[in-house]
Amino acid sequence: MSEKKQGTIIKVSGPLVVANGMKDAKMYEVVQVSNENLMGEIIELNGDEASIQVYEETAGIGPGEPVFLTGQTMSVELAPGLLTSIYDGIQRPLELIEQEAGAFITRGIQVPGIDREKKWDFVPSVKVGDHVQEGDVIGEVQETKLISHKIMVPPALNGNIKQIESGSKRVEDVIAVIEDADGKVHEVAMLQKWPIRVARPIQNKKVPKTPLISGTRILDTFFPLVKGGAACIPGPFGAGKTVTQQGLAKYCDAQIIVYIGCGERGNEMTEVLQEFPHLEDPNTGEPLMQRTILIANTSNMPVAAREASVYTGITIAEYFRDMGYNVALMADSTSRWAEALREMSGRLEEMPGEEGYPAYLGSRTAEFYERAGIVECLGSDDRAGSLTVIGAVSPPGGDLSEPVTQNTLRVTKVFWGLDATLARRRHFPAISWLSSYSLYADNVIGYRGKEVAEDYNQTAEDAMDILQQESKLEEIVKLVGMDALSNKEKLVLSTAKSIREDFLFQNAFDADDAYTSLKKQYYMIKAIMTVYYEARDVVEQEEFEFNTLTQLPVMEKVVKCGQIEDGDWEAYEALIEEVKTAIAKLKN
Amino acid sequence: MQKEYKTVTSIAGPLVIVEGVENVKYEELVEVRMPGESKVRLGKVLEAAEGRALVQMFENTQGVSTEGTKAKFLGDTMKIGVSKDMLGRVFNGAGLPLDNGAEIIPEERVDIMGAPINPYSRDFPNDFIQTGVSTIDCLNTLVRGQKLPIFSGAGLPHNKLAAMIARNAKVSDGSQFAVVFGAMGVTFEEAAYFQSEFEKTGALENAVLFLNTAADPVIERISTPRIALTVAEYLAYEKGLHVLVVLTDLTNYAEALREVSAARKEVPGRRGYPGYLYTDLATLYERAGRVKGKQGSVTQIPILTMPEDDITHPIPDLTGYITEGQIVMSRENHRKGIFPPTDVLPSLSRLAPTARKATREDHEGVFAQLYAAYARGMEIRELAVILGEAALSDDDRAFMTFANEFEDKYIRQAEDEDRSIEDSLDLGWELFKILPKAELKRVKEDHIEKYMKD
Repeated sequence: MSEKKQGTIIKVSGPLVVANGMKDAKMYEVVQVSNENLMGEIIELNGDEASIQVYEETAGIGPGEPVFLTGQTMSVELAPGLLTSIYDGIQRPLELIEQEAGAFITRGIQVPGIDREKKWDFVPSVKVGDHVQEGDVIGEVQETKLISHKIMVPPALNGNIKQIESGSKRVEDVIAVIEDADGKVHEVAMLQKWPIRVARPIQNKKVPKTPLISGTRILDTFFPLVKGGAACIPGPFGAGKTVTQQGLAKYCDAQIIVYIGCGERGNEMTEVLQEFPHLEDPNTGEPLMQRTILIANTSNMPVAAREASVYTGITIAEYFRDMGYNVALMADSTSRWAEALREMSGRLEEMPGEEGYPAYLGSRTAEFYERAGIVECLGSDDRAGSLTVIGAVSPPGGDLSEPVTQNTLRVTKVFWGLDATLARRRHFPAISWLSSYSLYADNVIGYRGKEVAEDYNQTAEDAMDILQQESKLEEIVKLVGMDALSNKEKLVLSTAKSIREDFLFQNAFDADDAYTSLKKQYYMIKAIMTVYYEARDVVEQEEFEFNTLTQLPVMEKVVKCGQIEDGDWEAYEALIEEVKTAIAKLKN
Repeated sequence: MQKEYKTVTSIAGPLVIVEGVENVKYEELVEVRMPGESKVRLGKVLEAAEGRALVQMFENTQGVSTEGTKAKFLGDTMKIGVSKDMLGRVFNGAGLPLDNGAEIIPEERVDIMGAPINPYSRDFPNDFIQTGVSTIDCLNTLVRGQKLPIFSGAGLPHNKLAAMIARNAKVSDGSQFAVVFGAMGVTFEEAAYFQSEFEKTGALENAVLFLNTAADPVIERISTPRIALTVAEYLAYEKGLHVLVVLTDLTNYAEALREVSAARKEVPGRRGYPGYLYTDLATLYERAGRVKGKQGSVTQIPILTMPEDDITHPIPDLTGYITEGQIVMSRENHRKGIFPPTDVLPSLSRLAPTARKATREDHEGVFAQLYAAYARGMEIRELAVILGEAALSDDDRAFMTFANEFEDKYIRQAEDEDRSIEDSLDLGWELFKILPKAELKRVKEDHIEKYMKD
């Protein structure tokens, strides 16, 4: 790197370094700190003094040492080779870091985010003379078996193809030459860069209407998320945030997954790394890793890189969205990102807002979640792509009134609240059906009615109603006992118990149970609710013994309705009929 | 280029400011010497600015004056000499021998801050460790390379439990653990208890002890766990040993951190603890693990006392977000005279699902059934308080009996009782007999036939 301009360090305090002689520096410019070449980013400029957040450990660095300007803002490299990668927070492949430094991460390691030497088979889809505009696909590379990586004209470039290559190419090789209206000639390579703090341009946003199917029953049936939506999972430790996030990463029907482990456990990232190459995508049968990009900044890795990691992740996600894919991004956990912001803000001696967090926490959070959406991508073919963002939040003490949760709730429309009490009872997923909500429920009515079953929405609504009634009745039972309840109320309780234990309870570690298709979810809840619908009148008959209902042999089958194979809808229909006949016989 | 400065301008608590300095590096070690005193006090640079260094002392600053005090910058970060000969020895919280033994000749000098393990280089922990404690082995399985803290409260016997685990811990191939013990701000008696426990069982020759007692300098506590972990990493990754690190008490550690933060006038987070408490604790806990291609492993059992038994207090709260589960102690069970007084429901081991597959086929089922039945029994017990036992159905009464028996027979065990995992599982089947057979929903049918002996 040609190091022309440089300043001098005047202060070091943890990840914050202040340097003077930085007149030529720009905000968010990347700099190299000291002769050890630690990577940093300028976050404040004051006269010729610059405050730099350094993405590596700063021990042993002191005043007087140089800071080199690079002239570039913090960017990610976008090209074939992204998929199946595992990066740190600033897009350095962890595999290459291991090759350079061994098992422990030392500093000053510079490795490229994208392999420069690897050759890809580029298949052009335009020819010389074609007019192309920004975002147009000019060719493809089969990056993994699952994903064809589309090479697009970089934003802000329009013109005619003067030259187009094909065949085996490195990412930096010129694959096309485009002449713009002014006659200026631009060389285009597969490798493109994009600043992480700027959202990639789109034509326009659309209203999301298709559900993102996760295979987790409580989520899909009761609190659906849509492709292009944003969801928030707050919960105390041990309630299952990570298991839920990982379940989504494994089974949701997005085509590309970007998983950001932000300030989380090292062993958990290792688990993902070791598990994903062996797990099959339920939708395609290929290893999950082929559609996945992992970003790992574990809790003991430098704190400033944690701040950058969510932006690195979302920029990569946007890039794949621009190709017209459905992308899902999981950030676990955004609280650690907010804490990194707080730490830097504290060292900058900014005036703190609530709980020491900077006053701009809310706007930064909103900016991040607003990068989600279903969009019409740049390009003349008006292709649609979506980016769904699912952020975990780790509220201290499980207290949802804290600033990170509150700011997140303001901008996400789905709230999956984890409940410690449920987790203690080992009811998993420990998502509270009483406090969670989804504002997309109305958006998916059309899809569910058409693609699954007409009465799916109604059944789900009724089931939720039963659960709500249960919570009230439980209070009464606690005070006066079960005997004081009417048969009708007993039916509500027994149906609610069935919904909880036979439908909502789902074992994420059981290969068969971990994923349930939407149609099977419908049949399961339908079977359970049929008991309720049919028995409503029966139990109100005079001198009806409630036990005669619960002891019906068919009830055993309802309990085990989840074990009927996915796709065997006839068996479900038969079960539902059986329930109807059995209960009808109880009528006087 | 080690220069000595006589320009100490300000002293506040553990912090010293030296002016007019040149070429000071962040985190560099500093020796502070008082006039007429031969002993040097150590500190490190917390903030390096031009011509001014903020130094955090590891010892107290009593008697330090701005006049005549000399500060020498050593140009190096804090390192400790490590050697296999440290096994069997006792050191103070700063890593100096306490036991009048021979001086340690270091094989290597290592930075105590350590470096983060590359997640790509980690190996996923899944080797079951048998601790001999049913509530851990069966219900909250510990594995090699895990960090599993004990959340305790003042006056609860967490030390006995930790000693019990350290004594019994073995992996399936029968190999023993080397124990690295780090005490931060514990009383002399607690430190002596561990020392005598280790001596009594002969475990001392396989143990390294670092003792910072309540009487020792507060700030030294910030280094003690790091020194202990540095030695543990050396023994694990360079010498191929399986190391069990017991750290007690993290609450004292966090308090020391708060003291420094307050002296620096930093913006406090919750309850006055610094905003970076999470990151700081993570740099300790995340040093547990296994590394691909290395034989040894570091398993951590940090102990912390929850102020007022409050699990939402920042120290247990942030710990729980980093560690892979927690063993919670229950005051209620302790009052009932149950040892170890584990509070089963809020306890958790995140790495257990894979480990359970490696023990006996019925482990998963027994685990799930015990939890489900005990949780239900507890609910019914509450109900019985309001409605009276007479109002309960037969099924409900069976669950309540189960809960009582579970506490009495399953949780409770003698201090020297080393139960094998098979014993723990069989005991579970024994208890299931109390329940109606139709309610055994979480165990497999064929396992019932195989293991439930009449």
